[in-house]
Amino acid sequence: MKTITELEEIRKRTLEKIKPGTNSNRLRILVGMATCGIAAGARPVMNAFIEELKKRNISDVTVTMTGCIGACRLEPIVEVIDSDGRRVTYVKMTEEKAARVVVEHIVNGRVCVDYTIGEAERKTAEG
Amino acid sequence: MQIYRAHVLICGGTGCTSSGSENVKKEFEEQLKKHHLENEVQIVGTGCFGLCARGPVVVVYPEGAMYTMVRVEDVEEIVTEHLLKGRMVRRLLAGGQEAGDVTQSLDKVDFFKKQLRIALRNCGIINPEDIDEYIAFDGYKALTKVLTEMTPEQVIDTVKRSGLRGRGGAGFPTGLKWEFAARQQNETKYVCCNADEGDPGAFMDRSVLEGDPHSVIEAMIIAGYAIGAHQGFIYVRAEYPIAVKRLEIAIGQAKEYGLLGKNILGTGFAFDLELRLGAGAFVCGEETALMTSIEGHRGEPRPRPPFPAVKGLWGKPTILNNVETFANIPRIILNGAEWFAGIGTERSKGTKVFAMGGKINNTGLLEVPMGTTLREVIYDIGGGIPGGKKFKAAQTGGPSGGCIPASHIDTPIEYDTLVQLGSMMGSGGLIVMDEDTCMVDIARYFLDFTVDESCGKCPPCRIGTKRMLEILERITGGKGEEGDIEKLETLAKNIKASALCALGQSAPNPVLSTLRYFRDEYEAHVKEKRCPAGVCKAMMKYVINADSCKSCGICAKNCPVGAIEGEKKVPYRIDQDKCIKCGTCMEKCPFKAIFKNV
Repeated sequence: MKTITELEEIRKRTLEKIKPGTNSNRLRILVGMATCGIAAGARPVMNAFIEELKKRNISDVTVTMTGCIGACRLEPIVEVIDSDGRRVTYVKMTEEKAARVVVEHIVNGRVCVDYTIGEAERKTAEG
Repeated sequence: MQIYRAHVLICGGTGCTSSGSENVKKEFEEQLKKHHLENEVQIVGTGCFGLCARGPVVVVYPEGAMYTMVRVEDVEEIVTEHLLKGRMVRRLLAGGQEAGDVTQSLDKVDFFKKQLRIALRNCGIINPEDIDEYIAFDGYKALTKVLTEMTPEQVIDTVKRSGLRGRGGAGFPTGLKWEFAARQQNETKYVCCNADEGDPGAFMDRSVLEGDPHSVIEAMIIAGYAIGAHQGFIYVRAEYPIAVKRLEIAIGQAKEYGLLGKNILGTGFAFDLELRLGAGAFVCGEETALMTSIEGHRGEPRPRPPFPAVKGLWGKPTILNNVETFANIPRIILNGAEWFAGIGTERSKGTKVFAMGGKINNTGLLEVPMGTTLREVIYDIGGGIPGGKKFKAAQTGGPSGGCIPASHIDTPIEYDTLVQLGSMMGSGGLIVMDEDTCMVDIARYFLDFTVDESCGKCPPCRIGTKRMLEILERITGGKGEEGDIEKLETLAKNIKASALCALGQSAPNPVLSTLRYFRDEYEAHVKEKRCPAGVCKAMMKYVINADSCKSCGICAKNCPVGAIEGEKKVPYRIDQDKCIKCGTCMEKCPFKAIFKNV
């Protein structure tokens, strides 16, 4: 059984752990894995991220599943959060796109603009 | 062959050579030797990477890190930091491609900017299978506060003052419900969570359970403390396998942490939680039927009173709240009743989650403060209607609700205004319809659903809705008779007055509300045998315009039933007896010579 103090310790410890910025956790990658995400193919996308990171010996990035963010039509959605809390939201992800995001964004710090939500919205608007 | 753990690719193209890549390469060779890495790291001279403007370019594998404008002085840092210690030299990475004005993150797009997320606060933020992450975002903090600083009366008072009303449909004040149950003198009481989300198109409860299961668990423990219950049940449909799995994981983790069970957080309070899977019957979302199902019987409603707060599960006082209602509770406790009551309108406090679907650009899940207008939801958040079509109506409340016509698009969305308009909040399904929607057909669709899902216990619902459906099928089938509309109205009124449970009583709503705002469409169907929207197949036909037909024969080739005939230089014709009105010909015609005749 946990006491209230222990609960508070877990809170602090986990916040520290999931907050990107520490050396062991530079970026946090969130993959939407609710029913909508999984149906759209989020599982292979998440595996692709894990594989690509492993292949490149990158250990300072965490990959985590999360729930539905609401924009189900754009699933699979992947968010990359950096140490300043800046979020980049990639939409309609595939395994191939995941590989490119790892090498360009995760490794080289170059956001793959054409996969981002803004670009997807712009394309939709243009029809 | 020697195997290297890392490779350093140095560009030897003309561009990089002229910006000094030769010297960089020499420096790498020296530095590797100096740090005794020459047997682990291989240097490779490569051709042009195409980034000549930012040369010399160096790429380090396996990571694939691309360093640009590398000077001789930078080499030692790359070797000692990256190759020796495995830390990339961020300042030298290619980085910073100009993003221009493209919005890169979700929280900055219009779809999100107007939202206020309370029930969905953690969805898409935390890992739902890790209790620690929930705790990190102030999870179980409300429970701690309740168990250590508040009396059950204070908890109920806070919920009452917050103005929170049930999010499952009817909008009964949650605090009042808790108070009724708390007043009952009984050693055994129960807390139930209604996760039997049955409205077609509604999936906010699933989303909360999948994205933030602990928020519901925490709220149920709080409810247990408030009313004096020590056992809870979550009734969730088996068609939500991911939600069920995450709930199981969450309950397991909460038990492991002693947040469920005996002596929670060392305070002496005991509460346990079990899952009950439903088979997906719509009626089991009705509270008395749900409880009957938990007890192990066939899910059928019973008359109220007695209300569940007095006599619920196994005859004991029981409170039943919807998933979204529970998801609000921890925040209300933490931020206070005043904070919550400050959001929304006079009689509807807080926010509401909507599952928006139909003819709308941004389908999905959204949470807005009560009182947000339909226009804001549809145009600002929803991004408007696709294809520039006109907005015709919005259906809220699923099979129990009704349609709100375009003339009321500026109505603020709250419990009472929706009821005044002949619809209801329901669980929050929001189906947007454009000008191509036939309102009679919509009413028929919902009645079809109700007839399918009627449990059959009471005749008004079992027989009455069936008769209504038959009339609607007749009308949409082009065989409507004089007096059908009046018959529908009489039946609807009687079913509303006499059905046993809320589902039966509200079943005629889709018909009544469409009759109220779109009576002319019903009349066109019955009197003129015409479907103005061109949806009802019996009353429309596809016709080839002889003037624009170029006799190419593409329509005939694509017709699945061979209903189109013609020959060269003579316009083609559709045999209306054979035509199944699939619309393929119209879609395929390159000259737009085929049109719907309504």
